[in-house]
Amino acid sequence: MLNVNTAVEIAFVLIGAALALNVYRLLRGPDTTDRILALDTLGINAIALLVLFGISTASTAYFEAALLLALLGFVGTVALCKFLLRGDIIE
Amino acid sequence: MSTMSTATEYAVAALIVLGALFVLLGSIGLARLPDFLTRLHGPTKATTLGVGALLLASAIFFSTRPDRGVSLHELAILFFLFITAPVTAHLLAKAALHRQAKARDGEQRTTADREKARSAPESPLG
Repeated sequence: MLNVNTAVEIAFVLIGAALALNVYRLLRGPDTTDRILALDTLGINAIALLVLFGISTASTAYFEAALLLALLGFVGTVALCKFLLRGDIIE
Repeated sequence: MSTMSTATEYAVAALIVLGALFVLLGSIGLARLPDFLTRLHGPTKATTLGVGALLLASAIFFSTRPDRGVSLHELAILFFLFITAPVTAHLLAKAALHRQAKARDGEQRTTADREKARSAPESPLG
């Protein structure tokens, strides 16, 4: 029987493994762009973990945190890419 | 959880497991694919789809709970992620190509310099 609690437990394990793979790429990543991509993916996986935690505790308090994480992750990635492209962020 | 109907519970559980599997798949792609432009595919497509499925599961879960209305916070996060993922991927690909071109130019220039230095007669005064 697949109920929501079991599914959440399984998903925690799977996303934990995904986070470990991202950290591997973040530490190894031959180029700077690999590291930026790994950081961005870590942020998105953190959103997934927060949403799962919200489901498992049946609390809606985590949506704002997830939205904030999405916004900051996007702005951070764009800033890092701009820096790589132009050598400057705000010209 | 007993307040949910069986069909809803199945749908939420299936979406959660499917979403987590896609998130893991994206990260496997990020860790295992051979070069940067292929590695870009994993997180930008598989992971975004996985997080989308998880957010949809959360929206269904909180919308079908008693004493609460429809939950639309998740959809805001979902739309934001779906809009920003291609932008991020585009900028990262641009930055990677820029860096590759710069590295190649530098290599060519140093090779050209070396050849010029080799063919040029050496000045006695150094």
